[in-house]
Amino acid sequence: MFTSLERIIRSGWITFKRQAGFTVATIFIMAITISLITSLFLFQKITKFSISLLQDKVDVSVYFKDTSLEQDILEIKEQIAKIPEVKSVEYVSNEEAKKRLLEKYPELTESLRETQGMLNLASLNIKAGQADQYTAIANFLENAPFKNLIQKTDYYQRKPVIERIFSITFAINRTGVVLSLILAIIAFLVAFNQVRLAISSSKEEIFIQRLVGASNWFIRGPFLIQGVISGFFAALVTLLIFIPLVYFLSPKMEVFFPGLNLFGYFIGNFFLIFLIQILTGIGVGVISSIIAIRKYLKV
Amino acid sequence: MIRFQKISKIYSPNIVALDDVSFEIQPKEFVSLVGKSGAGKTTLLELLLAEEEPTQGRIFFDNQDIHKIKKSKLPFLRRKIGAVFQDYKLLRFKTAYENVAYALEAIGATDEEIRRDVSEVLEIVGLSERFRNFPVELSGGEKQRIAIARALVHRPEVILADEPTGNLDPYHTAGIMRLLLGINELGTTIILATHNKEVINKLGKRVITLEDGKIIRDEEKGRFIL
Repeated sequence: MFTSLERIIRSGWITFKRQAGFTVATIFIMAITISLITSLFLFQKITKFSISLLQDKVDVSVYFKDTSLEQDILEIKEQIAKIPEVKSVEYVSNEEAKKRLLEKYPELTESLRETQGMLNLASLNIKAGQADQYTAIANFLENAPFKNLIQKTDYYQRKPVIERIFSITFAINRTGVVLSLILAIIAFLVAFNQVRLAISSSKEEIFIQRLVGASNWFIRGPFLIQGVISGFFAALVTLLIFIPLVYFLSPKMEVFFPGLNLFGYFIGNFFLIFLIQILTGIGVGVISSIIAIRKYLKV
Repeated sequence: MIRFQKISKIYSPNIVALDDVSFEIQPKEFVSLVGKSGAGKTTLLELLLAEEEPTQGRIFFDNQDIHKIKKSKLPFLRRKIGAVFQDYKLLRFKTAYENVAYALEAIGATDEEIRRDVSEVLEIVGLSERFRNFPVELSGGEKQRIAIARALVHRPEVILADEPTGNLDPYHTAGIMRLLLGINELGTTIILATHNKEVINKLGKRVITLEDGKIIRDEEKGRFIL
């Protein structure tokens, strides 16, 4: 058993070395496949980042009556934070709100000074995870015991924008998933075809091995080993290409997506990415070999 | 030992490779199958190796109907048979030594047995010095001797030789035939398919003549008559 296994591994390794032409071609094609899968992994990070960037811009503000005390508002904040649909609640004090307003519209300085002590701009900015959750939050606020303290909420005013943003992010997400699936299938088929070609060039060899009485596993084994070795080297090559590539692309990506540190993400997930690459390489190599060789082992 | 019983092989209604063929081969016999190209010689050998299935009839090897053997058990049948072909069928990426050793590795021989038997058989075929060479580095005669060494090394009960001298010059043909006769004298059954008249006439062994898929002659100490 162990002798056979050792012979299978040795035979796979020797053939891998001696079939240099096919080996290099297979590693190259597999590296393309693994690059595509790695790109999808990074693309998914970029998609998630841009979606969260967009969704972060969405919130519902609750404004309070001029007579409302800060302590009451903070209590309401606590209550709202307990609603399961609520992702976060931010309290913006009267002073902070006025400061933000003046930063945006400096020409209002005089008007605000005239209303000193009379105008309460304090608010709670509420964020939810999903668009439809805002309706539940709005319903809660309309029927809450503290509803008499609320001046107004801007939910119904902002509802169309919120729904639009969430439908856009949903579409981005879904398109990303579908595109990723299609590209992953194409990548697998490209690698599979290369392995199939390599094995079909060994058709005669497989025939000879059958004739001398080798069992199907003794014939199949070295091809699987070659698939594993090719996959491993392809993953290594891909990794060596991606480290400098992501390093140089990362600052350029940050121009389009402020706050996105792609290289940091790459390094932070280095082992996960390498594991995905290795598993993709070995998986594609082994599965393709098993499927491709079946045809020649039937008799 | 080997019995072909009313064997027919029809590829399509127009292509009848074998038509109701019956004969027996005894242990240690040297049998030549002769006939023109397309007479059915190679088909007979393929049927014996269970590479093909007969359309009708049965083939027995050591009283076992070989086409009733499960596919997973076929390697065990093939280990009792050594095969030699006109185009040598050596493994391209293995050296001469590794090609011969492969037959032993496949049956699970120990490393010690492999070292001993491969060296011995390479000695027999006269290629001890070329063991490191790849098939592409060997001449036609040398390739065929390696193929014979591989067919012989696991001590099969029978060796099938399909046109083993088809690609060789008269000098190497004589060498290969001497080798096959020597192996036969040691007790291995040989089935030789050829259309080399000179080879058959020199052998003085049993000759089965095929024509259009039928046996037209089966003679002890036969000659090549077509």
